[in-house]
Amino acid sequence: MKKFINNVDDFLKESLNGFGKAHSEIIKVNFEPNFISRKTKTKEGKVSLISGGGSGHEPMHGGFVGHGMLDAACPGFVFSAPTPDQMQAAAEHVDSGAGVLFIVKNYSGDIMNFQMGAEMYSGKNDSIITNDDVAVEDSTFTTGRRGVAATVLVEKIVGSLAENGGSLEECKKLGEKVNKNSGTMGVAFTSCTVPAAGKPTFDIGNDEMEFGVGIHGEPGRKREKIQPSKTIVKNMLEAILDDLKPQKNEKTLLFVNGMGGTPLTELYLVYDDACEILKSKGIEITRSLVGNYCTSLEMQGASITLLKCDEEILKNWDAPVHTAAMRWGM
Amino acid sequence: MSVNFLISQAKNIQIVIDQNAAEIEALDQNIGDGDHIFNVQRGLKLVVELEDDIKNLPLQKGLNMIAMKVLSGIGGSSGALFGTFFMSMAKTPDLDKDIDFKKACEMVITGINAMKERGKADVGEKTMMDVLIPVSEKLNELKSGNTDMKEGLSEITKIAEDRMLATKDMLATKGRASFLGERAKGHIDPGARSSQLIIDTICKSLINK
Repeated sequence: MKKFINNVDDFLKESLNGFGKAHSEIIKVNFEPNFISRKTKTKEGKVSLISGGGSGHEPMHGGFVGHGMLDAACPGFVFSAPTPDQMQAAAEHVDSGAGVLFIVKNYSGDIMNFQMGAEMYSGKNDSIITNDDVAVEDSTFTTGRRGVAATVLVEKIVGSLAENGGSLEECKKLGEKVNKNSGTMGVAFTSCTVPAAGKPTFDIGNDEMEFGVGIHGEPGRKREKIQPSKTIVKNMLEAILDDLKPQKNEKTLLFVNGMGGTPLTELYLVYDDACEILKSKGIEITRSLVGNYCTSLEMQGASITLLKCDEEILKNWDAPVHTAAMRWGM
Repeated sequence: MSVNFLISQAKNIQIVIDQNAAEIEALDQNIGDGDHIFNVQRGLKLVVELEDDIKNLPLQKGLNMIAMKVLSGIGGSSGALFGTFFMSMAKTPDLDKDIDFKKACEMVITGINAMKERGKADVGEKTMMDVLIPVSEKLNELKSGNTDMKEGLSEITKIAEDRMLATKDMLATKGRASFLGERAKGHIDPGARSSQLIIDTICKSLINK
């Protein structure tokens, strides 16, 4: 394992320390229990948004704490859900009286720990569960689809509504709409190495890719031989379009997300391929996002997320945001 | 059952889990993402380290402190589930009286029921509940019957092992392996394996007492 590490047990703490120092004008890192909050107190009457999950997906979620997005983020150990006391402490710290909305990715560990955190928190609160990953079949009898990159879009769009005075109910409703309107598909070329494990999570041949990979390197739909970008992107988009079924000329946001080990050069190439394919299907791309936002440590690969946009979604997407990882309009 | 009993069991379990860590990690890498063994090891270490703080406490207090430590120190599904287990055990009535075998069974059954509720998983879903629920059912039978305790515990180790092995051919419908569909078949569930090892260690230490 080649990583910037001093001691495996200090990995998370030291990384959080650095994050706090690098972005001290926006956020504050609290330890024991660990959570990242805005530097300034949540204004009176504003709904507080709290997300969290295992570490290793940076900048998600700490990088999205700040004006127009989250009020706090709870980082767990690498790829392990955070603990209920973190959510409870974060909620007590940020709630200004308008209630707390927890944004949770659909993974069993996250669901259980956030539920317990919500039960332990005495203030008004509600939750939204993201489950945008079309690689996995949805079912009410199973854990269902995974919550992946569209969580970034949910946090941005709902964050704007909360900033502008939306109620807890309105924020939840918009978040559920964004989740329902988005679909994501991911592909990995290499595995990632969890520091505590010290070796790659899975073996994959030099000429192979994992189609439908999750954000922890958990296997996806199938293992395939690597193909030209155009073919990979076409297969990814087809899986998404099958699920989302956008109307002809429907406005969309196209989000190409890097898994951590793929350079931006390639992500833009993927974006180009995706634009061509979507254009040929008569789908209008009105907004874009390209970069590493929901990563899996050093994994090489990318996910594509398509979000069907109405006026409410577009307005809140365009609104000013100032976080460590996303900033525009201010 | 006493706080000292819990601590000494945690120490025994720690040894067995460490001996089997590589196998559990490999199982998890086949169908999950490999974090389960680290979470279990971290949890056991935290409980063992609690010894000085809790060894003189009454059982209920000790259980609650273990629960909070496990809940806040592990994370992931294991932290929530095992934390729930200890928290619910602590809620069993009459813990200030002497804990006989019957009462101990009742405590474990209460704990496992709460885990089932928290994880919303039942048998046949390729999780640790495939081992824990049948064990809980057997304990329920033992606590009201006249079976010899050691004989009963020996039956439990057998049940745990059979049910652990049975997860191999299951499709997963809960947890991270559920995202795999057919590809999860052919692999034992790592949570079922770690739970089976825990049960096996406790039962054998009681049988050999």
